[in-house]
Amino acid sequence: MGVEGIGARVTRKEDKRFLTGKGRYTDDMTVPGMKYACFVRSPYAHAKISNIDATAAKAMPGVIDVLDGKQLQADGIGNLICGWMIHSKDGSPMRMGAWHPLAVDTVRYVGDAIAIVVADSSGEARDAAEAVVIDYEQLPVVTEAVAALASGAPQIHPEAPGNLIFDWQIGEPDAVDKAIAAAAHVTEIEILNNRLSPNPMEPRATLGIYDTAEDHYTCYTTSQNPHVARLVMSAFYNVAPENKLRVIAPDVGGGFGSKIYIYPEEIICLWASKKTGVPVKWTSDRTEAFLTDAHGRDHVSKVKMAFDANNRITALKVDTIANLGAYMSLFSSAVPTYLYATLLSGQYAIPAIHANVRTVYTNTVPVDAYRGAGRPEATYLLERTMETAARELGISPAELRKINFIRSFPYQTPVIMNYDAGDYEASLNAAMQAADWAGFAARRSQSEAKGKKRGIGMSCYIEACGIAPSAAVGSLGAGVGLWESAEVRVNAVGTIEVLTGSHSHGQGHETTFAQLVAGRLGVPIESINIVHGDTDKVQMGMGTYGSRSGAVGMSAVVKALDKVEAKAKKIAAHLMEASEEDIVIENGELKVAGTDKSVPWFQVALASYTAHNLPSGMEPGLKETAFYDPSNFTFPAGCYIAEVEIDPDTGETDIVQFVAADDFGNIINPMIVEGQVHGGIAQGIGQALLENVQYDANGQLLTASYMDYAMPRADDLPSFTLSHQNTPCPGNPLGIKGCGEAGAIGSPPALINAITDAIGHNKLTMPATPMKVWQALHSAH
Amino acid sequence: MYATSYHRASSVEDAVKLKSANEEGRYLSGGMTLIATMKQRLAAPSDLIDLRHIPAIRGIRIEGRKVTIGAATPHADVAASRELAAICPAICKLAGHIGDPHVRHMGTIGGSIANNDPAADYPAGLLGLGATVVTDRRSISADDFFTGLFETALEEGEMVTSVTFEAPEKAGYAKFNNPASRFAMTGVFAAKTAGGIRVAVTGAGASGVFRHPGFEQALASNWSPDALSNVAVDASNLMADMHANAEYRANLVKVMAKRAVASAG
Repeated sequence: MGVEGIGARVTRKEDKRFLTGKGRYTDDMTVPGMKYACFVRSPYAHAKISNIDATAAKAMPGVIDVLDGKQLQADGIGNLICGWMIHSKDGSPMRMGAWHPLAVDTVRYVGDAIAIVVADSSGEARDAAEAVVIDYEQLPVVTEAVAALASGAPQIHPEAPGNLIFDWQIGEPDAVDKAIAAAAHVTEIEILNNRLSPNPMEPRATLGIYDTAEDHYTCYTTSQNPHVARLVMSAFYNVAPENKLRVIAPDVGGGFGSKIYIYPEEIICLWASKKTGVPVKWTSDRTEAFLTDAHGRDHVSKVKMAFDANNRITALKVDTIANLGAYMSLFSSAVPTYLYATLLSGQYAIPAIHANVRTVYTNTVPVDAYRGAGRPEATYLLERTMETAARELGISPAELRKINFIRSFPYQTPVIMNYDAGDYEASLNAAMQAADWAGFAARRSQSEAKGKKRGIGMSCYIEACGIAPSAAVGSLGAGVGLWESAEVRVNAVGTIEVLTGSHSHGQGHETTFAQLVAGRLGVPIESINIVHGDTDKVQMGMGTYGSRSGAVGMSAVVKALDKVEAKAKKIAAHLMEASEEDIVIENGELKVAGTDKSVPWFQVALASYTAHNLPSGMEPGLKETAFYDPSNFTFPAGCYIAEVEIDPDTGETDIVQFVAADDFGNIINPMIVEGQVHGGIAQGIGQALLENVQYDANGQLLTASYMDYAMPRADDLPSFTLSHQNTPCPGNPLGIKGCGEAGAIGSPPALINAITDAIGHNKLTMPATPMKVWQALHSAH
Repeated sequence: MYATSYHRASSVEDAVKLKSANEEGRYLSGGMTLIATMKQRLAAPSDLIDLRHIPAIRGIRIEGRKVTIGAATPHADVAASRELAAICPAICKLAGHIGDPHVRHMGTIGGSIANNDPAADYPAGLLGLGATVVTDRRSISADDFFTGLFETALEEGEMVTSVTFEAPEKAGYAKFNNPASRFAMTGVFAAKTAGGIRVAVTGAGASGVFRHPGFEQALASNWSPDALSNVAVDASNLMADMHANAEYRANLVKVMAKRAVASAG
């Protein structure tokens, strides 16, 4: 560890350009001859398209062309895919309805794209889009998952009778039923997980450029994984072969999962660029983002948790219905299955678990991974159930958790996961101490004296990051491998470029990845550049999501550094006429251990490129590539405590303290980790108290702007009290686990446990808005 | 946004002339609602006549207890006025909690009341104070000015030039924010004026800002929050939306009324 190496609070290298307005985002890209796209979108949630008449639109000023789905289909552009195959418990494959990038005969949600207008200016494109005349025959609409499964519900895709996509299960139903029948106590609860809009600061955008001379496409796009975008657009959408398609995801202003997926717009702008002969740029506006960015969560679950007479959990039974929206987005099938039900053991030794998950089509925007992706759903369900059980059993929530904690590792859960390391009680104790849990009763009395209701709640979460290994996820249905790549390219003067398949869209990789290299080689952090986000520059990589870039992406850098270091040592040994085994790298020098002999790093680099004096048979150059496929997930875990004070007159919740005790294993940059936790908790508080996507009965999105969709703001949030416990991850060379999603995973149940503690009963769903809390306080229950 | 022509009016006369020359034009006085509406293509004025740079209608004038606020005075200036705070702190507090700092530096009192958003703060302030709205052609009492949702007594082409009122003996404003928009989900302005007790409610009425006679009577005999405890609030004329149903709003009306009285200074 040094001032710039692992563990140092290095300020972010990328912030200068972001804070001075010099970031280069997709919408900042302009190329000669570039024109602007506007999409014609369905105003109805479910309708047949009987006719599209673009005659008037095409005659409008500045309009270059108006293109529709039939033309797209005729040119052989494929339908959008879901990249993870799930089989129902009867063995049948999931029933995937066709998702045409431009709707051909039926629209299935408000915002479904129907045609693209290309014009000289975005205003002219928009004017013309309004002039496209479409005849619709409206069809009945269903927006809620439970309603969509009811008999007689509107049928959304012919491929999925009854709107059921799959009926999947995991675990042992018989063992669970037996345990429940024999239980001393069974806690039953129904859990609703509200629907969220991801709201990255930068809306989606894309610029499609077709080069006639080279028959080559360039796609600038707001992607978390440009290589996956290229692969999918080449292999499935038939846009162009990979060598004829360059995908560039430049600076990207946040994703939270919503920029993992390949959306229709990228594909259509590339195709439209070829059709029209001009580069075509599209930038979403905010309402378009609410209407078309993949949403998150939207689960309804019934839970039974069985206990023996010693308050040990004997079984958990979960029945979940998940709303996937109008089409199956890229990883939508994995989120409510392998990213959710596999975490239902939580931090607890539960001998028998069974989860049944039905996924459903509705006339709403597709639902896919959003910060946490499945794990917040599992954690909220489990921790609300634990809290409820503790109240029913009459023991403290901490005690119930301690009785049931897993205490020896590795631990095989009944739902696939094999936990490698953890110390759950350490985080619980740290959080309780930081929150002065023991002093709560006195604080509650003080609140009561002021006429306020006070409550405290905890949440002990576990999550799984760095989804892996590739062979295992492949056997579970994933269409891709989940390794990562890195190339470490040492220049002749010793400066270094690291090409990573990870993609930074707010995570600070340009700093943390450089810290890793600086610490390892003892070279200044300024001499290291991190290159990412361009398929022409960087070798195939898998991108950034699921808190994987540290555990997987940086491990690939470690592997490449191992190779670079080994070669550099050989060269240094040769130059100093020493034995390779005796060479150590310290402070930017290669030294012969125990002597005063050394050569500076740059001299070794230079020697590798001049190649005047290399060991016999050695190739010139100092550049190595590595691919890293992890052996297991990583398992960050921790304990969050929320304490709230409620104004019974208005139902307003004031979060008086929020404590997070996280075990992320080893930490590269504590400042960046704290930032990730802060942001995650803010989003978790958003889910718990504020955010809720709402459609009306006709499928119109009611929360299509910030006037109605409540995002957390600074004055909604307290200062957070953070601490870190550390059980290093044994599965990767750096011992790191991942921290990007924990805040959003752990916080909602802590808040709802605290609020229900304050109001004295359990009848409350997220978001706990002032009205809902007031109703909960004042209605009979 | 559709194309529009921008004019910066130099005087009230200039503004009125520009407006009459452009039938499809709109006055712009901060644009905190109008510009957002135009960006969504829900409004398409051919011309915008900007009133914010007319010196004569900008600023706060205090003569004794008579207050005149120019129509183009931004909320931030009202919030920060020490002279005004000395005689009517409630209106400064009200202005200081409109929107966010950006809104408070762009939005104006004239723009706010001419728009008469049912969740805006100023309509409650003016109605509660029994203020007078002065236009380029007449004076209109607040009781007559606010006529419905986004509706006022202003005639075609008529523009607000100032707002005047007598500083009240006491006044208070309490607001409960809509969690998303931060507009008033309910705001209550209570004042003890020379003309009697006035209590005005914004953010809650199905027809926009309204006075609450029950509260006014109760406070006339006993100016204290407790006086309101047994006064009924009729939920049947209140707004209901996804953030607050009428029953909850009725509760907020009473709670905010009590807080307005409790905070009155």
